[in-house]
Amino acid sequence: MKRFLGFVKKEFLHIFRDYRTLVILFGLPVAEILIFGFVISMEIKDAGIAFLDLSKDDVTQKISDKMCSSDFFRKVEDLESYHDIDMIMKTGRAKAVIVFGEDFGRDLISRGEADMSIITDASEPNTATLITNYASAIVSDFNMEYREKNSGAKILVSPEVRMFYNPELRSHFMFVPGVITFILILICALMTSITITREKEFGTMEVLLVSPLKPSHIILGKVMPYFILSFINVLLILLLSRIAFDLPVKGSLFLLLAESMLYILMSLSLGILISTVSKTMQQAIFISLVGLMLPTILLSGFIFPLENMPRVYDVVAYFLPPRYYITIIKNIMIKGTGFFSVWKETLILTIMTLFFIVLSVRKFKIRLQ
Amino acid sequence: MRTILYLIRKEFLQIFRDKFIGKAIFAVPLVQMVLLVPAVTFEIKNINLGIIDRDMSPVSRNLISRLEGSGFFKITCFTHSEEEANNMLHRNRCDMILHIPEGLDEKTTSGQVCPVMVSVNAINATTAQLSWAYLNGVLQDYNIDIIRQNAAVTTLSAMPQIKVTNRYWYNELLNYKYYMLPGILAILVTAIGFLLAGLNLVKEKETGTIEQINVTPIKKYQFITAKTIPFMIIGLVDLALGLILGKILFDIPFRGSIGLMFLCSAIFLAGVLGLALFISTFSSTQQQYMFIAFFFMIIFILMSGIFTPMDSMPLWARKFDIINPMAYLMKIYRMIMLKGSAFSDLARDFYSLLILAVVFMSLAVRKYRKTA
Repeated sequence: MKRFLGFVKKEFLHIFRDYRTLVILFGLPVAEILIFGFVISMEIKDAGIAFLDLSKDDVTQKISDKMCSSDFFRKVEDLESYHDIDMIMKTGRAKAVIVFGEDFGRDLISRGEADMSIITDASEPNTATLITNYASAIVSDFNMEYREKNSGAKILVSPEVRMFYNPELRSHFMFVPGVITFILILICALMTSITITREKEFGTMEVLLVSPLKPSHIILGKVMPYFILSFINVLLILLLSRIAFDLPVKGSLFLLLAESMLYILMSLSLGILISTVSKTMQQAIFISLVGLMLPTILLSGFIFPLENMPRVYDVVAYFLPPRYYITIIKNIMIKGTGFFSVWKETLILTIMTLFFIVLSVRKFKIRLQ
Repeated sequence: MRTILYLIRKEFLQIFRDKFIGKAIFAVPLVQMVLLVPAVTFEIKNINLGIIDRDMSPVSRNLISRLEGSGFFKITCFTHSEEEANNMLHRNRCDMILHIPEGLDEKTTSGQVCPVMVSVNAINATTAQLSWAYLNGVLQDYNIDIIRQNAAVTTLSAMPQIKVTNRYWYNELLNYKYYMLPGILAILVTAIGFLLAGLNLVKEKETGTIEQINVTPIKKYQFITAKTIPFMIIGLVDLALGLILGKILFDIPFRGSIGLMFLCSAIFLAGVLGLALFISTFSSTQQQYMFIAFFFMIIFILMSGIFTPMDSMPLWARKFDIINPMAYLMKIYRMIMLKGSAFSDLARDFYSLLILAVVFMSLAVRKYRKTA
């Protein structure tokens, strides 16, 4: 036991000696949570739109005013002809063009019906959908007011909407849990895989292997300091998301911390597994960074909802740990549910952790090659 | 010139000597691209809808079948109890609940207003808003029909209506693959170049072999150029392979000039690699470099407008993107591939990218010291 403690102390010394890495270790998650909490969002604000108004009447004027007075849109230009649409969209200055045909005003009076079109730049399909939706909603509002004024016809089935769990529709609720999940797994996997391969590459692993320490002690000793550091990181991040983003912890804080410990442990054991299959630090970094980065961003539900994916990917995502942790923290923090709503996810994370540990113990070589 | 060529040869030998890395720099980006591109979509379909129907009249049934017929909703729970419905929302069994109160039939036929209640799980604010917009759209249409039925006397012109048609230009079917493929490819190519170029230099420092280069008459710019070019070539090859694969598998369009696209990519890579080497000059271990590189890479990627729209970022973030080479590249790729923009359309972005590349490169050359 004393031997083991000595080893852990050595590891801590290693970490604290390199103060630059230590600063990055704590600074990086904090900085990224702060930046992305504010930056990553899906709401459109001030998107540039252009108008091609060939009718130039009272109604078209009112509709364009209504659009520009909303926070979503900003008028960049009034176009003169259909030809201009392609020109302005190609430069990317306008994301959408609202077109009123020549007959718009006349049709509205004579037929009671007029057509307008919203042309969006769908080279960014997501922005295009959002803009179309916002603009259509504005026109539909206008329709209702206009109709009521002209004929007194009222909307009869009037919906009232309640947004559950996130009444102010803030995107932090979606993205902060995502950023936490993403950063924790990458940092933990990187740190453990590097620290072990470093000893291999510099040949100091040999010294450890001939020492009376058991391989399991070596690994445990390597992981322990990082476990503690990562846990401090979790506390820091949670505190920050509370202060900066007002993210609530509606459920039990104790449960949340326990689940986070499990997730850290899982990420650290993934790091150990990576270190057992890589010979140099570069390989370890390559696998943990290039290999994990995109799958974690894309297949965890961090930005892209898993429900929308083709069926196959939903299945693939079952094998990736981040999605479970995201579900767990969203449930505990935002919905405030208890352990029973997340027991399945917890069980899966536990099984994954055990799997990684068993696999790396079997792969860990005590002989040099 | 010959010195540089020899140095480049040395770098290539060094990179490909590690068999794993030699294979991984080509295999990893291509495999990830092929696997991940089809997964990424924002398209919302099959919104799980729960319904509390307290009215149970032909009118409410008509409304429900309209919702089902719209193609957006899948009715997963049909109940009379509010508690049960809320429970379903809590356990993620349904994403939204429509509550139809008693008396919908009576009220609508007699021309009275009847409120219906919609509850949405809004943890994902975007999905919530879009789902709500779809439901609202169906309700609006339904309303217009009721008005028309009730008001047999009023003429059509007394109830004017403006119809909206949508057109999605450059990508009519809103195919997300067209949008994601170039982006994902660029991320992978950048990640590889950024990591390996910097790590290579730091490794030479860490193992001391950089001393052997420092004592030779090799000039600073020669050294930096030789460290850059191999990764630039690897990056461009990766990109070419990825685009060919994308064309074969996903039929991504190339509306503009491919030459221009590669020219921009080369400038972009020069900039990114310059930054990588600049960072590596003041890191003393591979671990330090890796964390700093990771930090910058994540910021560049997530702020580039690839996953979330640029228009949703606060102003300061958009200002920051002036020095983000990734943001320019994403914009340029989409413009060339999907819109067929010519050089004149993207001149500003092109020159900004060029300036960034020159600045980062000269920073790297200046900061690199031959003395220990």
